[in-house]
Amino acid sequence: MPERKRKWRVLLIHTIILPTLLFALYFFSLAPRSWEGVDEAVVEKIAKEHGREAIAPLIDPGSGDLLLFAFLVAGAAGGFAAGYYWRQLTDKKPQ
Amino acid sequence: MKRVLLLTVVCLLAATPAFAMHISEGILPFSWALFWYLAALPFVALGVRRLNALGREDLSLKPLVGLLAAVVFIISCMPIPVPTAGTCSHPCGTGVAAILVGPLVSVVIAAVALLIQALFLAHGGLSTLGANTFSMGVVGSLAGWLAFRSARRLGGSLAVSGFIAGTLADWGTYSATSLILTCGIRGEAPLLPLFSKVVLAFLPTQLPLGILEGVITAGMVTLLYKKRPDLLVKMRVITEKELPNHA
Repeated sequence: MPERKRKWRVLLIHTIILPTLLFALYFFSLAPRSWEGVDEAVVEKIAKEHGREAIAPLIDPGSGDLLLFAFLVAGAAGGFAAGYYWRQLTDKKPQ
Repeated sequence: MKRVLLLTVVCLLAATPAFAMHISEGILPFSWALFWYLAALPFVALGVRRLNALGREDLSLKPLVGLLAAVVFIISCMPIPVPTAGTCSHPCGTGVAAILVGPLVSVVIAAVALLIQALFLAHGGLSTLGANTFSMGVVGSLAGWLAFRSARRLGGSLAVSGFIAGTLADWGTYSATSLILTCGIRGEAPLLPLFSKVVLAFLPTQLPLGILEGVITAGMVTLLYKKRPDLLVKMRVITEKELPNHA
């Protein structure tokens, strides 16, 4: 494939994929729906019906998911960096 | 490097309130919590032994196991909304871990990920760690590994086998969670009706999510085959004869 045609194709793909991805992410993160987790919607709800209730965790991270967010960002950034430099991490150094 | 930055930005934009599927702290009575700890313990011990053996054979496998642990940790924290159900849940990641490093090491990876989530993220709990390790670690890993090996023996391609493994690992995990929850909370109620009720409650969310996990697993295995087939040979997922440039 000629270089010029390849560049146009890459540009076209990015023009379609990136807005779609951003729309999907914003739709799910900003939409007014609560998107209750199955731990609450199923596990805790059915357990409560049978007289068992969840108790507070040993270490309470507080309201919100700031700690989870920090873990995820750190994990994602670390994982991507480790994957990107994988060869340098595992290749033997020349003697 | 631009792609790394782009993916990191996408992850930042994707930040939403997160929910887990693990059994929360205090849901199981002490006797059942202890039972699942005892049930999971031998698998974790065997996994640690296997991990040490792998490390002795080839030290470079240890960072790979660490990387996979990060993958399982992230995947099993990542809330994915299911529009058909109006709820969200997450894949497990133990299917792909079991394919790459074997089911026993995958149990250790799941146990570590679940421990960190229970300690710092209020996902799952310390009293239910044994139960969650058994469902996600033991059942998820074994289901994924057995499905992958069986599909490969029947002549399935890497992508198809990976898809089946990922899907069954996810569905296996939720089936085990349903059984564990039912046993723990049923009291004098009959087992089967309550078990069916829990499974049916999970179904609208987990049915599509299991298929999505299958797609993710197939994608990861195929990507590894294209980019680093030597790693798959090293981890005995494929033989040298199956390498792309094998004469």
